Amino acid sequence: MSIQTWTFIIVGLTFALYIGIAIWSRAASTKEFYVAGGGVSPLANGLATAADWMSAASFLGMAGIIAFSGYDGSVYLMGWTGGYVLLALLLAPYLRKFGKFTVPDFIGDRYYSNVARTVAVVAALFVSFTYVAGQMRGVGVVFSRFLDVDVNTGVYIGMAVVLFYAFLGGMKGITYTQVAQYCVLIFAFMVPAIFISLMATGNPVPQIGFGSAGEDGVYLLDKLDGLMTDLGFTAYTDGSKSTTDVFFITAALMLGTAGLPHVIIRFFTVPKVRDARKSAGYALLFIAILYTTAPAIAVFARTNLMKTVQDTPYKEIPTWFTKWEDTGLIAWTDKNEDGKIQYLPGPAIDGKKPEFSESRGDYGERIIYNFGKGKNELYIDRDITVLANPEIAGLPNWVIALVAAGGLAAALSTAAGLLLVISTSISHDLIKKQLAPDISDKKELWIARFSALLAVVVAGYFGIHPPGFVASVVALAFGLAASSFFPAIVMGIFSKRMNREGAIAGMVAGLGITCYYIARFKLGWVGQEETSKAEHWWWGISPEGFGTVGMLVNLAVAFLVSKFTASPPEEVQEIVEHIRIPSGSGEALEH
Amino acid sequence: MDTSQRKKYWKENLRYLAILLSIWFLVSYGFGILLVDQLNSIRLGGFKLGFWFAQQGSIFVFVILIFVYVRLMNKLDKKYKVNE
Repeated sequence: MSIQTWTFIIVGLTFALYIGIAIWSRAASTKEFYVAGGGVSPLANGLATAADWMSAASFLGMAGIIAFSGYDGSVYLMGWTGGYVLLALLLAPYLRKFGKFTVPDFIGDRYYSNVARTVAVVAALFVSFTYVAGQMRGVGVVFSRFLDVDVNTGVYIGMAVVLFYAFLGGMKGITYTQVAQYCVLIFAFMVPAIFISLMATGNPVPQIGFGSAGEDGVYLLDKLDGLMTDLGFTAYTDGSKSTTDVFFITAALMLGTAGLPHVIIRFFTVPKVRDARKSAGYALLFIAILYTTAPAIAVFARTNLMKTVQDTPYKEIPTWFTKWEDTGLIAWTDKNEDGKIQYLPGPAIDGKKPEFSESRGDYGERIIYNFGKGKNELYIDRDITVLANPEIAGLPNWVIALVAAGGLAAALSTAAGLLLVISTSISHDLIKKQLAPDISDKKELWIARFSALLAVVVAGYFGIHPPGFVASVVALAFGLAASSFFPAIVMGIFSKRMNREGAIAGMVAGLGITCYYIARFKLGWVGQEETSKAEHWWWGISPEGFGTVGMLVNLAVAFLVSKFTASPPEEVQEIVEHIRIPSGSGEALEH
Repeated sequence: MDTSQRKKYWKENLRYLAILLSIWFLVSYGFGILLVDQLNSIRLGGFKLGFWFAQQGSIFVFVILIFVYVRLMNKLDKKYKVNE
């Protein structure tokens, strides 16, 4: 059977499964809609959290980023896993004991202030919207590559599926579909990885395989380092980022991970404090399976690529190369006119994407207009690492179809988790808690459903018309979460003295300085262009790592302000005492 | 549970956190970032040790840390009879 047929069958089956689960797990109350009734087992919650966490970017992009940045890619590996240690030790058990539905709930109650609640709602909405736009786009891209439909049609199909289970089941529907989606995505990720590891090193475990030797007895990593340095690249195992920058980016990603609302609310769904701790462990275990495999795939793919294309005549190149050239993910210009491919350091093209003309060159290659001046002749999109790996390794068609289903599972599960945060922020934190406190549970449930509908439509709109800054929003989402939620929540638990004034001032200062830095150095929205280049970064910290500074500013301002203002009232100090002791959490509180 | 018991429970909890988070910091920021060049002169099979910690070892340790924390806290909860 062709790849196309296989893809239709496998994707169709998985979608039918998700919809079946959605119908089975309809929500009957707001408690079911917001926190799945508080009755999810730690194992199921761990699986759901892992699916929620691993987005289309993790599934499709991660191995590629590492393959093309080597050691520097470690910031993502450590940053997006280490945050779970903070989450498990500093946040999850206490927030579970606190036992409400949302992160703004905690901030609003602990800091006895609707201003604090509103700051938290705005930050939660902003973080979730920036994040979800990329997911919807990811759904569209996977559809267009594997099923030959238009990207926009792909976004519409994705919207319909997510809406179906988010609207019906809320958190309950999302949780159980995410469990299924994790199984699909990890199977789809591991099957090609195991095959490729076997082929490259004879060892089926990719984590061990990429530290082993190939047939010639040379260690794979040494060979890759050699291949790269010979051509003038930095060695794969050495980075080109400064140590300071690596440090700060890793920290910002960790702190941001622990502060992302769609991750935090997953821990409200388990029955007990004990379960919250345990399910954080399960979540990280399931995430670690993919995150420790990705660097192995990266090494296999990079080595394979360097060996296959370097100085190979275009005429003799394998078919996967020309196939991906047709989709625009690969482009080649014969700059020195020898008919062979030279893959060297430096950009092959001017700008971000190759601009193709209609005509073909002497060897049948697609001609591009914007090839650069350097000697490098080859442009490769990083996403190709996971997408094309099964073909490069010559795996059967059903494996390739599986990768498509896995990519969709990853994108859909993350999108659904984010949409829930958005709808909850609107129906619970804004309407129920602030505008109309007297509405009945039934009414609130319907408002929650319609906010989910609204959120899907808005996310779909951004998916079809991605704003220019979407590519750089990951930095923004993590920076904002790191500089606002993480310190506010941790101080709320570990400092009884922290008061309303301190927390609000801290959040505003942290958010403010992080927004300013990213707007100036990443987006170029403020300040002069000539003073906003990399050499003007403060202490050499890139915008991706600035959330760490934002967090420190938040802490410093909060402690300073709280020192000169009144202690929190007695009953708030009682709340803090209460959440520090695990017993008596019971079920997640009704309002 | 009276106040002094509560204080004791919290203090022990904080001590666990301090120890576990020090290890968390050491394997990632220490071995994986700050000391990576020094550790890279040591080999672990085909891996340079610093590189291995940055892309593999730190993640394994993170997982172990959480499960150790779960065990420690379950014991602590039992000791102070605050388990559910």
